[in-house]
Amino acid sequence: MSKKAGTKELSPIDIYKLLPKTNCKECGQENCMAFATKIVNREITIDQCPPLFKKENEKNYLKLKELLKPPVKEVVVGVGDKAKKLGGKLVMYRHEFTYFNPTAIALDVTDEMPEQEIVSRVKRTENFSYEYIGYTLKLDMIAVRCTSGDAEKFKAAVKKVAETTTLPLILCTLDASVAEAGLMATPKANPLLYAATTENWKDMAELALMYKCPLVVSAPNDLNKLVSLVKTLITYGVTELVLDPGTFMNEGLSDTINNFTMLRRAACKGGEELAGFPLMGVPMVAWVDKGDAADEIVKWKEAYMASMLVVRYADVVVMHGTDGWSLLPTAVLRQNIYTDPRKPVAVAPGLKVFGTPDQNSPVFFTSNFALTYYTVASDIESAKLNAYLIVVETEGSAIDSGVAGRKLTAERVADAIKASGVESKVKHRKIIIPGKASRISGEIEELSGWKVQVGPRDSSEIPKYLVEKWQP
Amino acid sequence: MTPLPHHDKKTEDSGLALSKELLDALAKFKEIELEDFELIAPELELIWEPGVAGQMMPKLKIPGLMAKPTALLQAAFMPPIQTYPGKIAEVKLGGTKGEGGTRGKSQIVGGETSPAFYTFESPLAHPPTITLDVFDMEVPLSKAVKMHVKEVIGDPAAWAKLAVEKFGADMVTVHLISIDPLLKDATPKDAVKTVEEVLQAVDVPLVIGGCGDPVKDANVFAEIAETFKGERFLLSSITQDMDVERCAKFAKKNGHAVLSFTPMDLNLARELNRRLYDFLAPEDIVMDLTTAALGYGLDYAFTNMERARIAGLMGDNELAHPMSSGTTNAWAAREAWLKMSAEWEPRELRGPLWEVTTALTLLLAGVDLFMMMHPAAVKTLKDVTNKLVSGSKADPSKYANWVSVKA
Repeated sequence: MSKKAGTKELSPIDIYKLLPKTNCKECGQENCMAFATKIVNREITIDQCPPLFKKENEKNYLKLKELLKPPVKEVVVGVGDKAKKLGGKLVMYRHEFTYFNPTAIALDVTDEMPEQEIVSRVKRTENFSYEYIGYTLKLDMIAVRCTSGDAEKFKAAVKKVAETTTLPLILCTLDASVAEAGLMATPKANPLLYAATTENWKDMAELALMYKCPLVVSAPNDLNKLVSLVKTLITYGVTELVLDPGTFMNEGLSDTINNFTMLRRAACKGGEELAGFPLMGVPMVAWVDKGDAADEIVKWKEAYMASMLVVRYADVVVMHGTDGWSLLPTAVLRQNIYTDPRKPVAVAPGLKVFGTPDQNSPVFFTSNFALTYYTVASDIESAKLNAYLIVVETEGSAIDSGVAGRKLTAERVADAIKASGVESKVKHRKIIIPGKASRISGEIEELSGWKVQVGPRDSSEIPKYLVEKWQP
Repeated sequence: MTPLPHHDKKTEDSGLALSKELLDALAKFKEIELEDFELIAPELELIWEPGVAGQMMPKLKIPGLMAKPTALLQAAFMPPIQTYPGKIAEVKLGGTKGEGGTRGKSQIVGGETSPAFYTFESPLAHPPTITLDVFDMEVPLSKAVKMHVKEVIGDPAAWAKLAVEKFGADMVTVHLISIDPLLKDATPKDAVKTVEEVLQAVDVPLVIGGCGDPVKDANVFAEIAETFKGERFLLSSITQDMDVERCAKFAKKNGHAVLSFTPMDLNLARELNRRLYDFLAPEDIVMDLTTAALGYGLDYAFTNMERARIAGLMGDNELAHPMSSGTTNAWAAREAWLKMSAEWEPRELRGPLWEVTTALTLLLAGVDLFMMMHPAAVKTLKDVTNKLVSGSKADPSKYANWVSVKA
């Protein structure tokens, strides 16, 4: 396996050796070694080292580029601040490092939709927004499909979409002359062109070169043809590619999952460069064999297909249903899968206020592990309680593992109580501690001077606990 | 002139080689006459401007331009097949009549030799099993779930029957919530009675669920294990804070399997399994590495399970156990049950889809046994797994027209 295929094996020394070693701090780091460490962790890029661009360092710069090249190429679609990076994956499994560039979710419009509908679908895509643990979940792209077969109609639809939004576009047609009409409507927008097939690859390649846009390669359920097309297109000079091995519902589900998995494994583990491109999934195929099924059934199928593809390596998915209930699970799942597993998700320690507490309100503490914190916070919120919650720094550990691993100690709890300033907000001196921290209750009492009440083991029982056990 | 290469021998860059010869000759003679010459090419474009041939040359020599292939270059995709030193233990649940139990048939979980659904590598040993939750007393349920079971709440036998006959459950989990000292503090004898009723009502294997109190659960499991020797229940669950030795012993003595539960930490999982190995065989242990809901830690659960499965296959025997998931935990996410603003409604669809998404994510991480709740979620998981194990049957032509479909 080549070095670049297994990023985890890359050490800061590998990078350091190729740096100018000037320790000039122009990159903002203390020295070249610190810079190298950040490079290995993919926290900054080598382009932030100005001396590397000097003529004498050109060779090393190119070597570094090669060394750091992800096994799955990063392909940019669109322009400006809404441009979307697809792929750029370093590893197959997220626990091996982390995933970059969350799966882009595209919603479609067609050139036969009335203008009003096009605009409203685009707006709905653009305005999709869900606040979730400090993140705003959004949708990313618009796929314009040619259903009319008419180049002029397609051109008009693309034009309308481009006027309405700055979201990146996917132009979908297998007819090169129609595709060209679409590109002419938005010549500088760097859309993703869908798609080159064994039939039309040459014309599509010419368009991709002429308009300098990325190109999807489509070979439904035929990986030999897919890599043959990739080889041909690269030789032709088209290097910004996205692969579509086909998305199939029902009896084709097994092939779909296998194809995506094989391509990603070949790229990340086998160093197969022809497979080393972002992958496109098309959950909207659920609408192809809709038959008499109710729309809700199709949206449901499309949604779970999208989620499976997010888990199994899709870098972009095209969807049709615009309902919040069907899009939200996939959007949340994508956020989950693309969090960085190297960092325990932690929230800032300190005092959190719920409702409108007074000087007799209860005081709780919990860990700063995000999952624990948000669970407790949601239980307090949903019961509409007025309370203070002190978030103790536990380095991202949960309560039980924090106590066991000495990340949650009586000292830390006592310090957190003091630092929170809650002493001036309540007149009592009673703290309700998580049931799972009961082992350190005596120590907390001793060090903080507060009276400890051992609360429930699960925060869902807090409301009941307060009714039964709380007296200021 | 050197003979032109035959078109059959054309390689990726032969276009360039041919042009170079032509161009070199042109440069030398300024004029060429071709005789008895036949060129077979899919497409050929010659731009001939007499008199300026010399000046044209540098332009024509741009390699990228001339190297454009005219026919599809062939490449082969080698399926990346791998072999693994380890194998996931096979655990049989449910004792049939011939085996000292009363179940109609057993369920086997585990036995995998590849990561989840890498069927290009090896077929699935056993499709995942779904066990449906049945509670022995009224518990808070979200509206979307309650509407399907409201008639059987408080009657675990009727609930179990509904789960098997109407919702297609492979197994039933009897949650003995009422034994909780903080709730009804029902006795082990009461629990035995409940289990007896469920055994009478259905003939699928059972999971016996405790209340979470380490002492009470052990006492109740002990009574149930002895009373129903040979039924090969899955005792759910054995945790670090229980008397592990005692539990393992009564499970072994009476032929039951155990669910080894740990809170999202593979080292703790290994440790608990090691303690169980003193009394139980690997074929007696299913592990639960903790399921967090979509949006509330599913990423941890997913990665933990994916890691465990790969470690097991790579030869880490302490993690080479079938995995169970309390997928019902999906309903702990507020997005699963909360009434939200109109754009996210109806929650009757959003809720079960939340459970489906949680289940499918973990299905792809390697879960073998799903503990579930909503009938629509159960149906979808069954449909998907049936399709996933049915092998290579894609009909590309069926979906090829998605671009032009008038949806």
